[in-house]
Amino acid sequence: MSTAAAKPIANTRSATGIPSAKLITWWVIASEIVIFGGLLVIYIMHRLGHPEWGAEAAHTNTLAGALNTFVLLTSSLCAVLAHKAADAHDGPRAAKLLRFTALGGLIFLCIKGFEWTTDIHEGFVLSSGGFWSYYYTIAGLHGLHVLAGMIIMLIVAADAAKNQELQRVECIGLYWHFVDIVWIFLFPLLYIAR
Amino acid sequence: MLQRYLTGASTYAHSIDHLFLLIAVLVGFWLIVAECVLFWLIFKFREKDGVPTQHITGDEKHLVKWITIPHFLVIICDIVILVPAIMVWYNIKQFVPPIDQTVRVFGQQWAWSFQQPGPDGILDTADDIRTVGELHVTVNTTYRFELMSRDVIHSFAVPSFRLKQDALPGRTITGWFRPNRVGTYDIQCTQMCGVGHGLMAGRVIVETQQDHAAWMIRESNPATAGQQTAPVAPPDGSSSATVAEVRR
Amino acid sequence: MQYLFTGMAMALIGGFLAYVFRMQLGFPNQHVPGFGLVTPGKYNALVTMHGSIMIFWVAMPILIAAFGNFLIPLMIGADDMAFPRINRLSYQIFLLSALVLLASFLVKGGAFGGAWTSYPPLSAKGAYNLTPIGASLWLVAVALEFVAFLLGGINFTVTTMNSRAPGMKMYDIPMVIWMIVLASIIFMASAGPLIAGAVMLLFDQTMATGFYDPNRGGDPLLWEHLFWFFGHPEVYVVLLPAMGIVAEILAVFARKKLFGYKTMLYTAWATGVLSFVVWAHHQFVAGIDPRMANIFSVTTLLISIPIAEMVFLYIATLYGGSIRLKTPMLWALAFIAEFLIGGVTGIFLGASGTDIYLHDTYFVIAHFHYTFVPIAIISVFAGITFWYPKMFGRMLNDTLGKIHFWGTVIAFNVIFIPLFITGAAGDQRRVYSYSQFQEQMVPALRHLRTTSTVALLVMLSFQVFFLINFFWSLRHGERAVANPWKSTTLEWTVPSPPPHGNFAELPTVYRGAYEYGLPGRDTDYWPQDAPN
Repeated sequence: MSTAAAKPIANTRSATGIPSAKLITWWVIASEIVIFGGLLVIYIMHRLGHPEWGAEAAHTNTLAGALNTFVLLTSSLCAVLAHKAADAHDGPRAAKLLRFTALGGLIFLCIKGFEWTTDIHEGFVLSSGGFWSYYYTIAGLHGLHVLAGMIIMLIVAADAAKNQELQRVECIGLYWHFVDIVWIFLFPLLYIAR
Repeated sequence: MLQRYLTGASTYAHSIDHLFLLIAVLVGFWLIVAECVLFWLIFKFREKDGVPTQHITGDEKHLVKWITIPHFLVIICDIVILVPAIMVWYNIKQFVPPIDQTVRVFGQQWAWSFQQPGPDGILDTADDIRTVGELHVTVNTTYRFELMSRDVIHSFAVPSFRLKQDALPGRTITGWFRPNRVGTYDIQCTQMCGVGHGLMAGRVIVETQQDHAAWMIRESNPATAGQQTAPVAPPDGSSSATVAEVRR
Repeated sequence: MQYLFTGMAMALIGGFLAYVFRMQLGFPNQHVPGFGLVTPGKYNALVTMHGSIMIFWVAMPILIAAFGNFLIPLMIGADDMAFPRINRLSYQIFLLSALVLLASFLVKGGAFGGAWTSYPPLSAKGAYNLTPIGASLWLVAVALEFVAFLLGGINFTVTTMNSRAPGMKMYDIPMVIWMIVLASIIFMASAGPLIAGAVMLLFDQTMATGFYDPNRGGDPLLWEHLFWFFGHPEVYVVLLPAMGIVAEILAVFARKKLFGYKTMLYTAWATGVLSFVVWAHHQFVAGIDPRMANIFSVTTLLISIPIAEMVFLYIATLYGGSIRLKTPMLWALAFIAEFLIGGVTGIFLGASGTDIYLHDTYFVIAHFHYTFVPIAIISVFAGITFWYPKMFGRMLNDTLGKIHFWGTVIAFNVIFIPLFITGAAGDQRRVYSYSQFQEQMVPALRHLRTTSTVALLVMLSFQVFFLINFFWSLRHGERAVANPWKSTTLEWTVPSPPPHGNFAELPTVYRGAYEYGLPGRDTDYWPQDAPN
């Protein structure tokens, strides 16, 4: 009900001592944990009930998966360094590191694009049933979160470059670490497990 | 209490009815007590000139006990309900009594069909009787049913038997019943299954040994098979619509 | 405000749908005025949309979003929500979800007709449900609504945690605010698996996957578990804010401290936690392992205990009070009286043995209307009549309010008591006409169905009094002072309606929210922000 041009005071108080921006980040992460957690639990239960899916899972490109793991971990490192820079009030440096992180996300998506194109050419699509339906759904949802994270990251970087809203660097970093952790679960479940 | 609304026609109907009555008595008691206390308090403590409110925080022991004691009594009532409830459930859904006959029940959009052993008494032989919409059974015989769905989730319910079981595609679900009253009873589908859900009526015809034997002979004879025993025209005079007629 | 009006508009639509299908049930196969003939397919769409609209587009937006957005900043002493732009976004997504849902009425095949529970394979294949576009639109609308409330929940929780006025400790927060926060957290924790499941159902509908198709290795029961894992906590998501509203009104109009505020809070948390382990009582006969049913029967009866406790505490609050029976208080008391019936009839359904017979009958419908109507209608009217002066700066007419109250509440009982009976007599759910069933066509049952329908017509007619009162008083009602009800909470310290920024000077809080009836003071209430 407010169209305040200035930020409301509500925004700047903190009765709990934790900045509101951090609380909102944890809330988002919590809700995503329930979504991905739900999906992964469902997948694991089905996988245990369908040992024959192991044969399908063998066709995933483990090398691409491993490369992507490396890419994401490295980009998370950049996010950590960006947070350090933001803490030191070095906005431009934080922005640069955030952009590297986003670049990592882009490389991740490109590798995935290449990987999926090959899979589809071999005839494995979403409707191929069983393992592949879950694979594309889970990895696809994860990919969307990577993309969303990249976009938000670039917006935060644009502000940070002007030394504005530096507290958001840590928050988007937290989100990015979460996206990374989801991938750490995904990789063994979808690529390695036979 | 349920007998007043729909007389039971199977052996386990009365156990469910008794459980219903037990619950009704216990929760009815608490409902009446709570409502009476509520209305009494509204009346007793309505606004009166010159009478101020009492400052009560909720820590006062002599008042809190009026909540704690009912609280424990409610827990005891819950246990008193749970024990027979689990026993009734176990008896119907987990326990399997000695079975006299097996029937197969198929649900599909939008009719019930049945497969029963023919005169040879064995299921899955050439003389099996297949019917649509009508299930003929003998009184005082224990039946196992094997329930299947050919498309979506349906639910096989015979309210007079107090029988209900969802039918899932891809699974065969078993249960049992033992009718103990001769008569004709409704089958209703009780899981939303599409446009014809309310049209998926069926009938269970519980008959004596002789009548059932006579029916089996008629069914085994190709010339007389398939004649419906119970009238299909509903009492309110409206025509029973076919599925094609009621599609939008 | 936007949430309130959208919710009210959707309520009118949901009410109209109920009118149509009850006309079909009370006067079968006759032309319904204002609609036409109700064919079986249309009937399915009517009941599906009625249920979906009432839960997702009426109860949730009004109880959580409308009251949350209005009350939280005012009651904790803040000028706005912590994230106003996210707030605006969440409303826009909500509005979009409502429009998507309403659009489904207009597409080929019409609105989805697979029941609000949307069980596959019926909901997954257009060939089965005959409303394929409607089915996908319904799913997308629900998904958008979930996103809107996930976003909204951010604001409710973070604002309450962080933006409180100085001096307001955790136990000074008014009950209704706690309840809205708790509801948001429960919603967030329970919605995740269903969002996953909904994506999978959408893929089954549109991308030829087979997550729920047994012919392709899928399992329909999976959807049921995901749906009800969310579905059961969801009822507490709407119950808790409703109880919060009732708590506020009880305290003000009995002029009494809430009896056992901390106990209420802890039992509310306990209920919230327990709500996550009862879900399969919706699935006793669904084909789950029968042994599981016993476990869920135990947990379901257990959860009745903290709720009973809360209701007892509410009733105890009246003891020693000085009760003024103004319209808001009438609604609050009616909530308790009616919800008691809803609560106890749940026991019949939670006990696995009786549920075999009662599952998917009208007994279930009567039970959940005796819980949902108090939640979505009675407590909403309680809240609106209570906070209307603060929202709009005018008083509602109390006489019209009382007429509306009695007409609605009495008619409500006459609608649903007969349905307990028809359900116990074997009327199964979602059946457009009982003409095929000899046992259900006995005159006694037909009369009960017709009675129920006529009572609904009466109840709907009485809503005219509310609408007239609401809209007429906006312009012509007596002007409201800041604190017409002499309440202690912060929202009553600002002018009616509140100015931009709410508080001219941000308050400091010195005590809890329910200091009424203290001896030795010249007024019977002690506002939270008064230094002495």
